[in-house]
Amino acid sequence: MKSILSGNEAIAQGALDAGVSLASGYPGTPSTEILENISRLGGVRAIWAPNEKIAVELAGGVSYAGHRALAAMKHVGVNVAADPLFTLAYTGVRGGFVIVTADDPALHSSQNEQDNRRYASFTRIPMLEPSNSQEALDFTREAFVLSERFDLPFFLRTTTRISHGKSIVDVSKWDEDAKRPIPGLVKDPGKYVMIPANARVRHRDLEDRVARVAVFSESCSLNRIEMADSALGIITSGASYNYVKDALPNASILKLGLVFPLPADLIREFAGKCGRLIVVEELEPHIEEWVRILGIQVEGKSLIPRFGELDSGIVRRAIEGSGDDFAASGHESESVPVRPPIMCIGCPHRGIFHVLSRKKVFVAGDIGCYTLAVSPPLSAIHTTVCMGAGINQAAGMEAVLPEQHGKVVAVIGDSTFLHSGMGGVLNMAFNRIPATILILDNFTTAMTGRQNHPGSGFDMKGNRTRQVRWETLLSGLGIEHVRIVDAYDLEEIDTALEEEIIRDAPSVIVVRGACMLLKNQPVKREPPYEIHADKCTDCGICLRIGCPAISRKDALPGEKPVIDCNGCTGCSLCFQVCRFEAIEVLK
Amino acid sequence: MTDTASGTFNILIVGVGGQGTILASELLAHVALAAGYDVKKSEVHGMSQRGGRVESYVRFGKLIYSPLIPKGEVDFLVGFELAETLRSLEWLSADSKILTDTRAILPYNSQVGEAPYPFDALDRIRQRGYDLRVVEGERLAVQLGEPKAANVVLMGALASLLPVDGDVWKSVIRENMPGKLVSVNLEAFELGYGSGTLTQGHDSSTK
Ligand code: SF4
Ligand code: SF4
Repeated sequence: MKSILSGNEAIAQGALDAGVSLASGYPGTPSTEILENISRLGGVRAIWAPNEKIAVELAGGVSYAGHRALAAMKHVGVNVAADPLFTLAYTGVRGGFVIVTADDPALHSSQNEQDNRRYASFTRIPMLEPSNSQEALDFTREAFVLSERFDLPFFLRTTTRISHGKSIVDVSKWDEDAKRPIPGLVKDPGKYVMIPANARVRHRDLEDRVARVAVFSESCSLNRIEMADSALGIITSGASYNYVKDALPNASILKLGLVFPLPADLIREFAGKCGRLIVVEELEPHIEEWVRILGIQVEGKSLIPRFGELDSGIVRRAIEGSGDDFAASGHESESVPVRPPIMCIGCPHRGIFHVLSRKKVFVAGDIGCYTLAVSPPLSAIHTTVCMGAGINQAAGMEAVLPEQHGKVVAVIGDSTFLHSGMGGVLNMAFNRIPATILILDNFTTAMTGRQNHPGSGFDMKGNRTRQVRWETLLSGLGIEHVRIVDAYDLEEIDTALEEEIIRDAPSVIVVRGACMLLKNQPVKREPPYEIHADKCTDCGICLRIGCPAISRKDALPGEKPVIDCNGCTGCSLCFQVCRFEAIEVLK
Repeated sequence: MTDTASGTFNILIVGVGGQGTILASELLAHVALAAGYDVKKSEVHGMSQRGGRVESYVRFGKLIYSPLIPKGEVDFLVGFELAETLRSLEWLSADSKILTDTRAILPYNSQVGEAPYPFDALDRIRQRGYDLRVVEGERLAVQLGEPKAANVVLMGALASLLPVDGDVWKSVIRENMPGKLVSVNLEAFELGYGSGTLTQGHDSSTK
């Protein structure tokens, strides 16, 4: 049966076909829809974990129990989960264990573009890399079988174009004849307790297991040679394979579906048949370096950029050595104003950043919707590195710049705080660093599409569950000064900030207001506002809060702002900032 | 009917979050599948909810590998918003056909007068000699009483230039739209298709 699936949908289907018992992860673009689809399609448990380390450890436990398990995350999520991964390679698995890393070349929605094929060679965890949705389905099924066969976790690596790209997939039933482990608890400390004495043995064993996969890689169907004109040979994998096929239809290709460990003999054989040999891969020279180690002359990063994603035009021009990006069309771009994404109408984050931008404080930011406050008109975020970093950066600044006390705050979302912010607050309290942290509590992981988390009170399926009690949690971490303020009350926010930021003790302000797009929380919806042109002085202050419902209709000078009453949620922020009482509830 | 030199159709659909660009590209992909083509699509979303630019690539033909259209190889540009249409010109070839709505959604910088909005986009596009067809998708959809159906009006206009029968489109709309929206979207499609994309009096044949 044929249907059009995204790579993420295909991975979910593949995991279900393989009989996965539990899937876990933390939402992150472009990986999010894998778990969402497993949850939607299957009778299996799909669990949003507070962070990726927890997801991997949870899935690791499932594997030890003899069941098949999957953990899915974006590339930077693997950094969070790296600690257990290195050692899970030593212990190996019982039930098949697949970790999906969804990388993001070109940074469509990320803070860096790290190439996680490096994690495969570093952790010694084999890695499969599909090139389209059909392979995403097939490789996922295969990864579970191989994981059990070789007693190793397996990575499945996608990139944004594979995860979110859609193509035609034959989803016909899969008949697997692999021998599956019998579920149950097995006590085998030599394998599962990595004290040095055991780990030394397991490390040696790990290299044997990887060597066996390397032998398998020489003849498996995941890797294949497509011989055509032998003058030009291309070695490639994943999304890059597609660009090569389109750009160089006459070239011979070695397509690698198993990108760690890489086959030595197969590469030698292919190189021997071809004249000019080039590796085409996005980001790091992962394959190229291996080919060089084999003593084979090859071109790669000398032609292909080490940053960004490729397309067939870039590949063709790089290999033919012709011209720059724009040569093809000969059209320069037109000057068009940039269109940065902005916070939604009625967003609960708008008020706090309006206040912060007026106070001219240094704001250590974090990863989430609120990072949008970096753009005009709010322009109120000054650092963004990784999940949980902002709190510790602010604490570090406070520690060395006592004279700046009262001028530094950190902002972090509720989901991000529960992901990796708690340790930072604990540290602040423990070391008596008098920083002030704002937790922007909108009851959801909004950036990735509103997934539930332990602060939302609902689980992945939308069923009610235990909800974090912020006051108790924070006081348990050692914070004495905790205040909860209404995200839509500028005066309350201002007073709380004034008092807490200069306080000579660690403090936390929870700025509370449900994400406007939520259906399971009471969002603030009131009658819309309107602007009375007769009282409006066109000072433009209301435009400075960046609400998409307020606009100068045609941006003509002299045209006064108007409110789109169909969009306005009645949050009242513009009403609060207008000094001329020109904004009133629509009558 | 138009055919492309390579037998592959490269369609770039651009707009602003919330305009239904992604839904439009889904319909197009399903139409291609129903008509027996291989099809690949890809888009940049994630910021779509937040008023950023959204772009979808749809490619169909006998055998398609890459979901991305390289610069200079777009056959059809479908723009849901004027500035985003203009921004996309660098992806086009001299033979590209452009279908665009005249809808203007001003980014913040333009609102406060820091960056002028390109209200003259149509002229700028014409000056470059493109085959430009203006489809007032939003206006027509508003007349239908369903402003959100502007995307399907534009798809109707595109459909009239593609080698796939209109009936295939209609059955895909029936299968993929929520029940209560089917009839209004079928009307929207007919409006776009029937408008022939050339009847608005804005067509430039300067080439
Ligand atoms: S803040 Fe008040 S006076 Fe100033 S432009 Fe807005 S509505 Fe007019
Ligand atoms: S009240 Fe003002 S700021 Fe709030 S949603 Fe309406 S227009 Fe926007």
